[in-house]
Amino acid sequence: MAKESGKYPIKHLIGFLLSIVLTLLSVWAALGSDLPVIWIIAAIMLLAVIQAGIQLFMFMHMVETKGVGHAPWNMMFHSFVVATIIVSGSLFTMSFGFTHDHDGEGNHQHEEQQEMQKDHSGH
Amino acid sequence: MQLDEFFVTGEPLIYGGMVAIALVTSAILFILTYFKKWGWLWREWLTTVDHKKIGIMYILSALAMLFRGGADALMMRTQLAFPNMQFLNAQHYDEIFTTHGTVMIIFMAMPFLIGLMNIIVPLQIGARDFAFPFVNALSFWSFFFGAMLFNISFVIGGAPDAGWTSYTPLAGAAMSPGPGQNFYLMGLQLSGIGTLATGINLMVTILKMRAPGMTLFKMPIFTWSTFITSFIIVFAFPILTVALALMTIDRIFGSQFFTLTGEGMPMMWANLFWMWGHPEVYIVILPAFGIFSEVIATFARKRLFGYNAMVWSIILIAGLSFLVWVHHFFTMGAGAFVNSVFSITTMLIAVPTGVKIFNWLATLYKSRIVLTVPMLWSLAFIPSFVIGGVTGVMLGMAATDYQYHNTYFLVSHFHYVLIPGTVFACFAGLVYWYPKMFGHKLNERIGKWSFWLFLIGFHVCFFPQYFLGLDGMARRIFTITPEWFTLNFISTMGAFMMGLAFAIFVYCIYYSYRYSEREISGDAWGYGRTLEWATPTPIPAYNFATVPQVNTHDAFLEMKEKGKTTFDEENLEPIHMPNNTGKPFIMMGILFFASFFLVFEWITLAVIGLIGGLVMMIIRSFDYDDGHHIEVDEIKRTERAARGL
Repeated sequence: MAKESGKYPIKHLIGFLLSIVLTLLSVWAALGSDLPVIWIIAAIMLLAVIQAGIQLFMFMHMVETKGVGHAPWNMMFHSFVVATIIVSGSLFTMSFGFTHDHDGEGNHQHEEQQEMQKDHSGH
Repeated sequence: MQLDEFFVTGEPLIYGGMVAIALVTSAILFILTYFKKWGWLWREWLTTVDHKKIGIMYILSALAMLFRGGADALMMRTQLAFPNMQFLNAQHYDEIFTTHGTVMIIFMAMPFLIGLMNIIVPLQIGARDFAFPFVNALSFWSFFFGAMLFNISFVIGGAPDAGWTSYTPLAGAAMSPGPGQNFYLMGLQLSGIGTLATGINLMVTILKMRAPGMTLFKMPIFTWSTFITSFIIVFAFPILTVALALMTIDRIFGSQFFTLTGEGMPMMWANLFWMWGHPEVYIVILPAFGIFSEVIATFARKRLFGYNAMVWSIILIAGLSFLVWVHHFFTMGAGAFVNSVFSITTMLIAVPTGVKIFNWLATLYKSRIVLTVPMLWSLAFIPSFVIGGVTGVMLGMAATDYQYHNTYFLVSHFHYVLIPGTVFACFAGLVYWYPKMFGHKLNERIGKWSFWLFLIGFHVCFFPQYFLGLDGMARRIFTITPEWFTLNFISTMGAFMMGLAFAIFVYCIYYSYRYSEREISGDAWGYGRTLEWATPTPIPAYNFATVPQVNTHDAFLEMKEKGKTTFDEENLEPIHMPNNTGKPFIMMGILFFASFFLVFEWITLAVIGLIGGLVMMIIRSFDYDDGHHIEVDEIKRTERAARGL
């Protein structure tokens, strides 16, 4: 810390502001814009990728060369594994092979993920 | 808002609680003022960044929370043994099982283990403190204020009552209006900051600050289990953070993530909760395994059998812990294929766990066992935990789970893994390392009384519950039918035995403080194998005057053979240590108030509090505190006094 005491952390400040701007953008895309849903999802995904890039390159020591070794790559690998488990695991669990019997006549229907997003008040 | 909406009214038990809180608080304030201890409290404890002191504060808070969670448990057991006495009504019972579960997992089990890690891990790897001492203090205060926020809910605003799992839609704004559920959300969120930060902190500490020569596979097994636990924390806690945030936005700002209306998916909460929740149970069990391994190796006076297999089974358990979450809600109605997949992954976890059990048994085989209190806790753990594990495999089979789900069979199962696993480990670890922390041992005779009473009480309390479950008694009910009376009554007697055992344990702490012999050697038990026993007692602020070179797994054993110590007078150098700081305490205090305001949905005040927190972060960002150096003369003086040279 002592060596950097005179240096203004300009890189971190820009990264911080950028990530806030990106977050506000995606909030606006979801709440304020009139874009079709598919475009909103695509836009938010794109913003998320840029956001992740900012985090990795401006905060997570991706560009540092000495003293960090494989740590960033290690953590990225594990994070991707966990993210994959969370996303694909949720899709798998929450949408696969549901049988619903709410009309009482044993009328089993296979429900796909698309239908899961519809109204659930009947379940 | 009226005052009678702010405070909980109309319950004699809660009025009693208020009086007790008022009395204890004024007694503490009086004692601190009368003995002029405010300065001491601030300088020595509230502002400390020393990992040993932070660890002690963690453990003291966890013991207080064990008392609170235990009192909840005894009230529930009283109600179930005498359901017609109207001791608790349905609402109050719901609140109590909710706070019992939450307090025991989040504010007792984790902080207790993190407290032990705080004290022991840096000592075991030959480090002088955590990698980030400031963050460590921040973690503690975030846990502490989170716990306080959760704990005041029963007198102010009303306690949450949707279970520790807080399932939606019940926990949503439509079905649980009022601040109760918000206390759950904000209490967990606030303390979650600390847990996540501790995970990162420990990971860096273990990766970067080991003594020279200590490769990963020469680390003591408790450090290994802490290391893997940190990984689980870092990967699992963000899921909880996000889920809590989504539910907070649902409840306070009217979004529809988990609601029945709109396009919400209530079961998505269960899904996210258990994605964190299952790794969470390994967060509290893996360090426990580490503690048992240390205690068993020490008092069997043998090197831990199958060290490498132990390490790999911890890693395997940690990996699998992210792949089994659906077994908590097999009955949700996902298809047979989904349930089968998670049934198989669940049963797979039994394999590395079994490997560990056999390794402990093999360590004990043909060894000369010393029956101390920590060893008793560890030995009792093995068979008790196996019962919990076997019933866990039974629950893990999706088809049969439809029978066991939501019954006392499940309640008994998870108490059979969490109590012999985590609670026994907390007792074993506390008694084992007590002389390192406080400079004297706990009385063995009183400790054995408390151990036997707790062990017998535990089995008397929970073994009948398996049969209650098989008889169809559902969990979370506040009244019972006569056919369940006998077993419930036996169970309640067991619970009170455990309560008595805890009281004896607390008395043991007091008795030992008064009468136990003070330790003069660092190696209190005489059988120490790892580096924490190489330090003198009391441990100097800098832990190690000189950091030893490590060549084997049992580093201190080798040092004893070669006659080496951690005080090599020729090679002393000034030691760089961090300065105390009040910022973590103040920052988390401000966030406490911000969270409290958000609980009551006073948005303006909450925003002001949040800005206060941000201001503290900015102040911290421009804080170029370089710490201080401890000079060679002072090290010499301290070490000579501690070692009696």
